[in-house]
Amino acid sequence: MLRIERKTNSRFLLQRMLSLVAALAAAGVVVAICGYDPFVVYREMLKGSFSSVYYVQQTVQKIIPLLMMGLGVAVCFKMNFINIGAEGQFYMGATAATYVALNVSGPPAPVVMLLMFAAAFLAGGCWCLIAGYLKSKWGVSETLVTLMLNYVAIKLVSYLQYVLWKDPQSFGFPKIANYPVELQLKPVLGVHSGWIVALLLTVLIWVLLHRSKLGYELSVMGSNEQTARYAGMNTKKILLLASLLGGGICGLAGLIQAAGAERTLNDQMGGGMGYTAIAIAYMSRMEPPVILAVSFLFSILLQGGAYMQISMQIPSAAGDVIQGIILLFILGSEFFSTYRVVLTRTRKEAAK
Amino acid sequence: MEKRIAVELRHIKKHFGPVKANDNVNLKVCAGEIHAILGENGSGKSTLMNVLSGLYAPDGGEILVGGTPVCIRSPKDAILNGIGMIHQHFKLVDALCAWENIVGGMKTRALLRKKRAVAEIMALCEKYGLPLDPEKKVCRMTVGEKQTVEIVKALYRGAEILILDEPTAVLTVQETERLFEILREMKAKGRAVIIITHKLQEVMNVSDRVTVLRKGVSVDSIVTAESDPARLAELMVGRAVDISVPYVETPRERREPVLSIQNLHLAERGTGEKLSIDQLDVCSCEILGIAGVADSGQRELCESIVGLRAAEGSVLLKGAELIGLDPRAMLRQGVRIGFVPEDRLGMGLASGLNISDNAALRTYCSDKGPFLNKKAEKAQAVRLTERYHVSTSGVDQPIQSLSGGNIQKVLLGREIDQGADLFIAAYPVRGLDIGASTFIYEQLNEEKKKGVAILFIGEDLDVLLGICDRIAVLHGGELMGVVDAKTATKEQLGLLMMGQRQEETSHAAN
Repeated sequence: MLRIERKTNSRFLLQRMLSLVAALAAAGVVVAICGYDPFVVYREMLKGSFSSVYYVQQTVQKIIPLLMMGLGVAVCFKMNFINIGAEGQFYMGATAATYVALNVSGPPAPVVMLLMFAAAFLAGGCWCLIAGYLKSKWGVSETLVTLMLNYVAIKLVSYLQYVLWKDPQSFGFPKIANYPVELQLKPVLGVHSGWIVALLLTVLIWVLLHRSKLGYELSVMGSNEQTARYAGMNTKKILLLASLLGGGICGLAGLIQAAGAERTLNDQMGGGMGYTAIAIAYMSRMEPPVILAVSFLFSILLQGGAYMQISMQIPSAAGDVIQGIILLFILGSEFFSTYRVVLTRTRKEAAK
Repeated sequence: MEKRIAVELRHIKKHFGPVKANDNVNLKVCAGEIHAILGENGSGKSTLMNVLSGLYAPDGGEILVGGTPVCIRSPKDAILNGIGMIHQHFKLVDALCAWENIVGGMKTRALLRKKRAVAEIMALCEKYGLPLDPEKKVCRMTVGEKQTVEIVKALYRGAEILILDEPTAVLTVQETERLFEILREMKAKGRAVIIITHKLQEVMNVSDRVTVLRKGVSVDSIVTAESDPARLAELMVGRAVDISVPYVETPRERREPVLSIQNLHLAERGTGEKLSIDQLDVCSCEILGIAGVADSGQRELCESIVGLRAAEGSVLLKGAELIGLDPRAMLRQGVRIGFVPEDRLGMGLASGLNISDNAALRTYCSDKGPFLNKKAEKAQAVRLTERYHVSTSGVDQPIQSLSGGNIQKVLLGREIDQGADLFIAAYPVRGLDIGASTFIYEQLNEEKKKGVAILFIGEDLDVLLGICDRIAVLHGGELMGVVDAKTATKEQLGLLMMGQRQEETSHAAN
């Protein structure tokens, strides 16, 4: 009979690499069943991500929202606050920024830009804070609340796009007006300047988690809430603060995506990246540098999948399938990094 | 005198990965004897008994019941072979009554025949002199009664060999004595009784023979009457050890109340009053013990003092009121209370973090600005591990990968190094081996000499009587009395623990 035991030590990185290889192999089988040569498909994906300066820029641009939301989610996960509402916080941030961009015209552009940042941060943060408040007050499951609020946010954006904020100059096409040019993020080295914000944020979050008191308090809370109380930490305050911060970062990601990549707000711009970011944060064990690396891997899948669609007429859903398989394998490998399977002759009982 | 051998274990092996929980265990238990299995925590006692009761399959060796080799692969096999196990944590259904728990789980016909079952149970109880009300719901029973149900359950299933895992941990002295009476009765009726314990005194009291385990190996089986506690301790540890609990004399005139509790009450929603203490002082240069059976309000008392529970009344530390302050507010006002909680990894330490981070828990907030001083933290952690002899590969090691003794040293050391006026230690030696326990006692005595007031929550009365100056007894959250540890007896404490107040003892000390 198979028995499951807790492992004493684990080689984290090797494990992740192995599971990635296994995932690519399994996805290859699926691709082959669909009638394509997996080696050609993978080659095309890499080609679509790196074969020209333009493609590299596209890949890097796709890292930005994943990385930022990964960081935001990581802040929440660090204290065991399972925020799966990055997608909704992203849309709320983008919505608030869009409101400012389209309605505030008096002050000079940099001031409006600052206002947009503040609005996006607050909107995303408060969206997450709803769950944080409900949890601190009545112990409501943050997982459910953040998840449900995603749908609310997306439907709100749809409503704005199709009804309230519909651009009268778009010939009846359901579209919100583009940002004024001066409020769009300018390209730096060919990619909109959001990448600078994202990189800065990576460093900041690393400092926050590893060098600040708040970060320390988050890890103690995440490890053991009783101990946090014992040490005199105001667990409710920390919970509220960190959920505001985590959601706020996801909101900023929405702003960057709207002002940089989309130049407007629409109800497709999230595209499930908020959920991918959850997986990224979890796989990276909430380590900002690792989040950066893993976001890069996923952006290859996104960009490569989009390219495949054009070059090989493979639906980009194939890219999604591969992404799904990789996620499944890596999450599955989490089990093997904590436990190992042992062959025994008889029934097992949990060890004391 | 040659008796029939009821059960015999030969060369039992059971490994968990690299851990050899049982490496070579030999055991012979005769019918009509009480056999004690003695060993420190982690010596393999529980593993061995779980092998015998079918919860674990051994990796090697054989089990003989009544002289024939048997294969025990499940608790059912064990019952069929006449082996009944009474676990430390009872396995009873709270919502059902005694007879239902006893009969439940056995293969019977589709319908339960209550009358017959109850009649059989009563006959059993009469035979062994066990007091039992078959209609009583388990949730209304005291711990002692629950244990009786477990024993009857085992007997009802035809157990010839009874295994009791740490049966006295939750009992008062009187309840323990009653349990021992029952065990002697079983022995007289020809059953084999195996009792697992780490308390030397109990082994001496009740057992006929004793097998000592050390690091998964059975080191010796001896006749109890031909041995003494010191000899048993030596077998247990592997070298001559001092099993006495060290007491330090401090001058009486240096004793002044540091903590004074007045009319402390704690009631929690739906559970009624958890704690009610009219008056209790803890003085400098003294160790005040708190005795009581499990869940008598010990935890509530500790947590009320340190501000983790909202209690009413008055708790003064050197004249400053603590009630109404949370732990952070206390810290800000310069109140320093060292607190070693009973569940170390559940409260007190963050199990996922490393030694350095855990060592910083009390001091991180005094770092300047919003950032941590990682270098200073590390240096502090290194000092801590050196001073308290924590064996570790480095301060980056996760706390949960340390052994129980080392975990406790980190926690105790951190709390001592705060330089507290009051030190609360809840079950500080629970689960520790003799060496680590002695180290902890010495550290507490050191603090006492320095003038710290120490509140010591204990479970082993021998330890409490040894190390404390005075002992306060809790029963159901109520303070039953305070006795002088130098003159009190275990029986006296036992009566108080059961809730029998003795007016004359309550003001004897101090």
